Amino acid sequence: MADVIEAGAARDSAPPPAGPTRRRRATERGNRATPYLFLAPYLILFGVFGLAPILFGVWISLHQWDLQLPNRPFIGFDNYQDLFSSDSAIYGDWWSSVRATGIFTLFSVPLLVVVPLGLALLLNRSFPGRTFFRAAFFAPYVLGVAVIGLLWRFLLDANLGLVNRLLGAVGLPSDTPWVTDVPWAWVSLVGVTVWWTCGFNAVIYLAGLQDIPAELYEAAKVDGAGGWDRFRHVTIPGLRPVMLFVFTTTILASANVFGQAFLITQGAPGEQTRTVVWRIVDEGLRDYDAGRAAAMSVFFALMLAVVSIVNFRLFRYRED
Amino acid sequence: MSKVRPVLRYGVLLLITAIFVTPLVWMLLTSVKTYDAAQQVPPSWLPNPFSTYGYDQILNSTANPVLRWFLNSMLAATLHTLLVLVTASMAAYALARMRFRGRTVLFALIVGTLFLPPTSLIIPNFIIAERINWIDTLTVVIVPGAASAFGVFFLRQFFLSIPAELEEAAVLDGANQWQIFRQVLLPLSKPALATLAVLSFLTNWNDFLWPVYVLFSPERLTLPAGLGLLQGAYVTDYPVIMAGAMLASVPVLILFVFAQRHVIQGVSRSGLKG
Repeated sequence: MADVIEAGAARDSAPPPAGPTRRRRATERGNRATPYLFLAPYLILFGVFGLAPILFGVWISLHQWDLQLPNRPFIGFDNYQDLFSSDSAIYGDWWSSVRATGIFTLFSVPLLVVVPLGLALLLNRSFPGRTFFRAAFFAPYVLGVAVIGLLWRFLLDANLGLVNRLLGAVGLPSDTPWVTDVPWAWVSLVGVTVWWTCGFNAVIYLAGLQDIPAELYEAAKVDGAGGWDRFRHVTIPGLRPVMLFVFTTTILASANVFGQAFLITQGAPGEQTRTVVWRIVDEGLRDYDAGRAAAMSVFFALMLAVVSIVNFRLFRYRED
Repeated sequence: MSKVRPVLRYGVLLLITAIFVTPLVWMLLTSVKTYDAAQQVPPSWLPNPFSTYGYDQILNSTANPVLRWFLNSMLAATLHTLLVLVTASMAAYALARMRFRGRTVLFALIVGTLFLPPTSLIIPNFIIAERINWIDTLTVVIVPGAASAFGVFFLRQFFLSIPAELEEAAVLDGANQWQIFRQVLLPLSKPALATLAVLSFLTNWNDFLWPVYVLFSPERLTLPAGLGLLQGAYVTDYPVIMAGAMLASVPVLILFVFAQRHVIQGVSRSGLKG
């Protein structure tokens, strides 16, 4: 294969053939079916597990769809109505899960937008060991939520955990029920998630910081701008598109929280830390009510779509 | 410049590093403690005595065949990665270099699904998988995830950054599209393919929600799904649980050490589309 690169590179040094006409000929060569043949393997996957489920999910949500029963009568919007009428059997559980996901998202997103920015600024100049520190900050993200969940369930164990022990060693209370009582359970879930994923956002910020032209900082310096002024008037505006990306993807990721609550707090206390995604899969795959679970999914996806659109609008508006 | 600032900088950096790394070190240390040492209050840092108790438990358990889960995960993540590389690169080539009816619509559809929370498709995907008898087989954790739009999007952007002149030269030599793709474009795309491979492997290896709900038989679980069982079975027997967590961590940490550049590049590039 290396030969081909060299051959290609050698030919590249010859005067390139005249552009557009040649290019069009190149793409029109061969069979009309060629593009579709290249696309086919992916399109089969995408069709069956990417597109079809979107339509199928809406379809299911309009039926009384018990996974264990052969009859799935059409019931219109009844599944959706159940989510909003306080006398339905799932009303309480559903809105409790929305509340849980809401609390988690509300507290984790600001931290996951700000803390990684701080880390990225610390790493945004060259000094010996920079690559090492970047790797160390990113390392937890490489591990899956199963490992993170088991590890922190242990670290936050009220009696045997390292966290309470370290707190005790510096004279703070050493018997905090981190995983079994609120508000501690929320502090734990948010804290663990920030620890786990802030390296990811920091790397995205770092790439964004490196795209800000150095001349802008020079010019600001010449104009007598101090460190804080340069941060406010050069760094922040330069990072706006990256911040929009981080903000939007972090909201999506936080709203989809499942594993941390499933493994660390296990829903406790009571079912207060049971999140939307957990409620959906339990409703559909443990209690077999796929119709209701699908209605929850559709509603949930629409809510997130609205949030994303509002984000884009807000950021666009401020750019003008 | 003063000498204080670098010292301060390294002090801060080391402190932050400790926050990120200490929990991982604690996992390692606990995995080689005895049951009694791990139950000690207050706990001791170093394993004394050093013990392989945790690893003995998980490697010899018939109720929780951890080694089998490890192999399942390895096989699933490897096959998933190959499937993503083949399907995404072919599709990305067509989208980047060919003109055909419906190209714009198709690309918009693919990118559009990037903004959809993947969890919202779990119920329909479960039912689809059930209809084709994939539930509780390794196939169900290998194939459906490869429908993700990320790989196609990522490779298309990379292909567009490669000048088309090289391929035009190959066309003049009478190469067909498949030959151009295989012999010109793919060799030039090795860095991007490596990045996508590493990211796909990590994603599949770490996947938790889907395997927990679509795999049931103990001998068919992947490691993350199995770890959930381990937590239920051993409760506070932390050396055993941490040994299991180590088994799930070591391969990806090794992969990260050797492919750090690819992981970091993949992540940074994913942000630049914003």
